Amino acid sequence: MKTLNEIEVTKKSEFKSTDTKMEFVNIFFAGKRYRVLKGLTILKALEFAGYRLVRGVGCRGGFCGACATVYRTDGDYRIKVGLACQTMIENNMYLAQLPFYPAIKAFYTVDEIKPSGDLFLRYYPEIMKCLQCNTCRKVCPQDLDVMRYIAAAQRGDVSRVADLSFDCLQCGLCASRCPAEIVHYHVAQLGRRSYSRFMQKPSTHLSKRIEEINSGKFNNEIESLIKLDRKELEIIYSQRDIEPEEEIAPKKDED
Amino acid sequence: MSYPELMIESIARVEETRSSRLKQIMPRITLEEKQILLENFHPDYKSESFRKLKIGPNRGDKVPHELADLLEARSRIEPKDFDLSRVDYETEVLVIGGGGAGTAAALTAQEQGIDVIIATKLRWGDSNTIMAQGGIQAADKENDSPVRHYIDLVGGGGFVNIPELARALVFDAPMIIRWLESLGVMFDKEPDGTMKTVHGGGTSRKRMHSCRDYTGMEIMRVLRDEARNRGIHVLDFSPAVEILLDESGKCAGAILYDLETEEYFIVKAKATIIATGGMGRLHVQGFPTTNHYGATADGLVLAYRVGAKLIFMDTVQYHPTGVAYPEQILGQLVTEKVRGMGAQLVNNEGFQFINELETRDIVSAAIIRECTDRNLGVVTPTGMVGVWLDTPMIDIKHGSGTTQRTLPAMVRQYMRYQIDITKQPILVYPTQHYQNGGILIDENAQCSIPGLFIAGEASGGVHGRNRLMGNSLLDILVFGRRAGKNAALYASTTKVNSLTLKHLEKFHQELIESGVGLERVSPMLLPDYSSHLSKIRRKGGVIIA
Repeated sequence: MKTLNEIEVTKKSEFKSTDTKMEFVNIFFAGKRYRVLKGLTILKALEFAGYRLVRGVGCRGGFCGACATVYRTDGDYRIKVGLACQTMIENNMYLAQLPFYPAIKAFYTVDEIKPSGDLFLRYYPEIMKCLQCNTCRKVCPQDLDVMRYIAAAQRGDVSRVADLSFDCLQCGLCASRCPAEIVHYHVAQLGRRSYSRFMQKPSTHLSKRIEEINSGKFNNEIESLIKLDRKELEIIYSQRDIEPEEEIAPKKDED
Repeated sequence: MSYPELMIESIARVEETRSSRLKQIMPRITLEEKQILLENFHPDYKSESFRKLKIGPNRGDKVPHELADLLEARSRIEPKDFDLSRVDYETEVLVIGGGGAGTAAALTAQEQGIDVIIATKLRWGDSNTIMAQGGIQAADKENDSPVRHYIDLVGGGGFVNIPELARALVFDAPMIIRWLESLGVMFDKEPDGTMKTVHGGGTSRKRMHSCRDYTGMEIMRVLRDEARNRGIHVLDFSPAVEILLDESGKCAGAILYDLETEEYFIVKAKATIIATGGMGRLHVQGFPTTNHYGATADGLVLAYRVGAKLIFMDTVQYHPTGVAYPEQILGQLVTEKVRGMGAQLVNNEGFQFINELETRDIVSAAIIRECTDRNLGVVTPTGMVGVWLDTPMIDIKHGSGTTQRTLPAMVRQYMRYQIDITKQPILVYPTQHYQNGGILIDENAQCSIPGLFIAGEASGGVHGRNRLMGNSLLDILVFGRRAGKNAALYASTTKVNSLTLKHLEKFHQELIESGVGLERVSPMLLPDYSSHLSKIRRKGGVIIA
């Protein structure tokens, strides 16, 4: 049923090495079968199959959450999830992409989100409907303990929400599978902004430096540097002292 | 997956030298040695990979073939036939690009009480900003100063940075950090509020501020959340395909193309900001890239057609540490913070060959020398070559658990392929990372076309010929804010006359007269990664060379 010699055509162009044996597997994208090279990520497999994606693709490096994908493997009834750019294909994988989820977001100004026991309840009262089914945690492609930060949100523990949710990519998979219809990733965003704005202390060295700059403390020095020719600048640059690397003290506390 | 046998043998040699290397710091090389290294091994010095432009404001300047192919190309629309009377959106400021620079620009313009529209090619926030892991520079510590930052900046940039832009960058930096802090960006801090800062390549003081190793993502999340709260109007999946001028030659908006409905929309704007990012997805010289899917130089193409000048487009930044193994994540970024925290670069024999905190161009050239001329690279099963980045040194130096805590994204990335970076080194090779140059701007973020402002990676001049780590997240915010503010001020005092595409007709005429012709079409909008096999099928089974 092939019209082209897949192995020959592929070998010539897809990989530098010619001694690697080319093997093909089947994947089912939205139910339709495609023959693709073994060993690819879902994203690269879709492209291999001929797709020029508009949605369901973004940074291609596991940072943006655009390529959230739901899938099931051969003979298994369970629905799994992952980022298409980070998840490897398997033979007879059934998959569909979920590039957007119509979740509700609360609107606020940053000044009105001071940490308090009812901060999260004010904006996202549905968090109290959590059934503790732990599905959110199971589907998180970042392996975050989502249910735990929702529990922290119920208690109004802002710093805990911020810490536990920090690596969230906002892909929306948690919200897509939550039986209580909680929008975890927006709850987390609220928590992190509240924590950073009100619970982290502002940097005093920052204020001091801004004052110095505004008072013109460095103007003369910069202006004289701007006037220098290349040779003079080169000398200053190569003679500048460099803060020793060793001074980085081992940090054992929370980051 | 883990490592194949041959690579494990090489890892044993890395482990053997580790304890002696822990005490050893490679001396930095002199400016003369650097020049020789660059001329012999940096891809920018490969003259056959560049060509001189035949048309436009930079005629006679050399740029990579991949970019020249897009600059010397026709529009996807026919200017004579395009109906400009039907305006779909009218606004005071149009921001093209929904990454960090564009969103910062939109927020700032709106703060001036101005109507803003953001048009973005992909989803709002899908950008290189979100992928920036390492950090953002600002000279705000006691032992540091903006003057030192300036010296590092121009030294790293090859002493050709535009001084006024460099000054703006270092002076605005602390104010930008304060702005982010006030919006609720979660910086790594000591309990008393002191910023935790580390070195990056080419810094003389530890001024790299970070948010774990998701710095760019955290900044983007907060800026987007803030802009959503403020109700800024966003048109997503709508890249700009042409800039519009008015009869007096001022910038007057853009033509957008909806990728999903395949319709064209006209946005009439008093001021326009290009914040479309760089060109990683052009894969200059065939390099893999760290960049996101949409980094296809669209903004450069658009600006060039209305007569804006480009600067330093003959220099591309290769990040020294792109993933060389496993194949599935080839070219993706291994943040410089890994080297900042003490992981050394080591060859196949287990020896260091460069101080890993030299600037990116130097480290990249040194790795290429190791893998080509000296033949001391490590070869992977698919024929890729690389050198080791000795990541286990981080925990040895700073205590166990440090890597997991400060580089969770990296640890997670590799664990997907059963590689524990706290126990085993990782294989790296330079990857196309950043467009050092761009559209020439002044310190108000304005280019030579009235009403057209540029921010972020699309702009050029501030970084000279080589950008330092942490100056890009800074740049997008400094010039994003400046572009937003100045575009708003400009918009409040200007009037747009009737729209025109005459500049495009003229550009097409130039293409014909110069002999380039009208074959190629740009901007690219999205790269085509469908397989060779599928391309053949599209052509009906005909194999095209």
